[in-house]
Amino acid sequence: MTLEQIIFLIIAVVILLASLFVVTAPKMIHAALWLILALAGVAVIFVLLQAPFFAVVQVIVYIGAIAVLFIFAVMLTRKAMQDTGSQLNRYSILAAVICIMIFGALTGMLLSWGGSATLLESGALPADSIADLGVALTDPNGFLLPFEVASILLLAALIGAIYIGRDRSSGEGEQ
Amino acid sequence: MDFLTDPVTFISQWVQQLLINLGIPEITAAQILPGVGAVILPLLAMLWVIFLIWYERKIIGRLQDRPGPNRVGPFGLFQPFADMAKIFTKEHITPTGADKVPYNLAPILAVGGVLGMWAVVPFSATVFGIDINVGALYIIAVGSIGTLGIIFAGYASNNKYAMLGAFRVVAQLISYEIPMVLALLVPVLLSRSMGMNSIVQAQPVWFLVVAPLPALLFFISSIAEVGRSPFDLAEAESEIVAGFNIEYSGLKFGMFFVGEFLHAFTNALIFTALFLGGWQGPGAEQYPILGFVYFILKTLVVHFLGIAIRGSMPRFRIDQVMQLNWKIFTPIALLSLCSAALVEKLAAGAGDLVRISLHVAANLVIFGVVILVGTKSLKERNARLDDLAASHRSAIHLVLGTPHDA
Amino acid sequence: MNMVWFYIGIFLIVSLGLPAVAIFLASLLAPKKPSALKSTIYECGLETEGETWVQFKAQYYLIALIFLVFDIEIIFLYPWAVAFDRLGLFAVLEGLLFITILAGGLIYAWKKGAFEWA
Repeated sequence: MTLEQIIFLIIAVVILLASLFVVTAPKMIHAALWLILALAGVAVIFVLLQAPFFAVVQVIVYIGAIAVLFIFAVMLTRKAMQDTGSQLNRYSILAAVICIMIFGALTGMLLSWGGSATLLESGALPADSIADLGVALTDPNGFLLPFEVASILLLAALIGAIYIGRDRSSGEGEQ
Repeated sequence: MDFLTDPVTFISQWVQQLLINLGIPEITAAQILPGVGAVILPLLAMLWVIFLIWYERKIIGRLQDRPGPNRVGPFGLFQPFADMAKIFTKEHITPTGADKVPYNLAPILAVGGVLGMWAVVPFSATVFGIDINVGALYIIAVGSIGTLGIIFAGYASNNKYAMLGAFRVVAQLISYEIPMVLALLVPVLLSRSMGMNSIVQAQPVWFLVVAPLPALLFFISSIAEVGRSPFDLAEAESEIVAGFNIEYSGLKFGMFFVGEFLHAFTNALIFTALFLGGWQGPGAEQYPILGFVYFILKTLVVHFLGIAIRGSMPRFRIDQVMQLNWKIFTPIALLSLCSAALVEKLAAGAGDLVRISLHVAANLVIFGVVILVGTKSLKERNARLDDLAASHRSAIHLVLGTPHDA
Repeated sequence: MNMVWFYIGIFLIVSLGLPAVAIFLASLLAPKKPSALKSTIYECGLETEGETWVQFKAQYYLIALIFLVFDIEIIFLYPWAVAFDRLGLFAVLEGLLFITILAGGLIYAWKKGAFEWA
């Protein structure tokens, strides 16, 4: 086994366990903390895939922003620490069935795809991949439309957040 | 390569030769050395804090018209060692109801998040930590680990003041990350690279000259990121006792301050690399040691400026902190980014002199507009407040204000 | 994997390990005399009242949301800045349009009073 494979296996186990704890942790705040570990693991996976830009973005956006948002949301709800009720609600069986179906479908697809059995040739990626990404984002034949639509989408998200948030804050926020 | 002009490269080549002579293959030897460097650099940074504490206490002392530490050793240089011996032997008290794992993880993250930034700092023409092509963003990413440490501390302490302090500081940290990341984008744009070393190499003319406004924004935002005066409302002793670190004792408490002292210096390092040409200076290419000296000297000047601000400014209120960020810094950062991009593209064919003077002119125009609009809206606001004060009898409450935090 | 990132990994592990080791050593040196009174929550000498999880301003959450949106948009601009030499005037203007939309969000938030802390 190469060093990369060893690191990958360790990180994969960490991510899987952390994700499991996200779902099973009895306290909501602990679920958020386990989520951070899982997200950090994904950043390492990006590094292994030779996508350092996405690794860094993963840390900035997911750990630095979204995890903080989650913790804020959990801390804003008063019963966060006491909340130790049942982990299951009445949709749990349905959810389990759907999850198993999706898992089966994905496994079937990945098994029939030969790509996972062959190694990517090293050096296959261009050295200046970030600049290539920048060009592709603003190229009319590339991802220009998604790029601009993304900004509209984020604007819509911002407006929605402010609209909902303002209503809450005026009434001393019951979440 | 001479020992005097470039000691680190000299030593590393000597060690590499030694390893090869010991029978280790050359490739492995070349791979081991950076790894060793990656262990030594954080250690050195950690030890450097001892000097930083003395330096800062001495300057703050002089600013407040007192000598600062001057009893232990020459100029009080050994004072930090005495303090260390003291804090190492203090009891660690864990409050009841604390969430143990995040509680203990918090000081570690607070220091580790700052130390990690040192990995990409280019110290001289030949000695740069690790030159990755996403260096600039890496600094922001590692910095957000420190933010996590503070949230952990606030939440895990099971204390209302700690929680309130953590909320304040996190709101402040994430807010000031926006102008910081926007200001950081300007050097990246000007040098067409995110690697710290290529950013330094792209500065025969300092980016402070080319982009004075983003430099100013970056500097102030980085003070806010450290959470120092005038942005020290996370530790407002008179309002929330001590803030997020209230329930910590012994070295766990000390670690937050190690992190703070080191963060202030690290920000000066990064500012120097981004806007003051890093190790660039006369003769720095031929004699890398000279570049290192330039780098440290510039950094100490920037760091001194930060300490001087810390020693002379009163604390902002949280509403002022938020409004300064979102209503002043972020719009300026957006404007200066637009102007930098436009000038850079339109004057691409023109000479360096024309391009740089256009950049400076654009910055000056933005600055002028901001000052004009700012004074106008301030006047309007004051007039509005005067009207209100006239119509209410309780005018005092308006002037002093009663900010709600919780 | 690039070896460079392997060193970054070592660097980060050492960075996190150093304070951890220091705290561990300190905990060996430190006296241990726990008492119930000592580990009570410190709130200026008053006994703590009610639970820690008091209700906070929803404004904090709103700021975090606005930050998230801005953060993602600015990250998008980094590849654009790195590729600047290879972009035509049109592509640069697209980037500026992107920034303008971002600024629109800022103005909306401003007008709606999201930054008023009252």
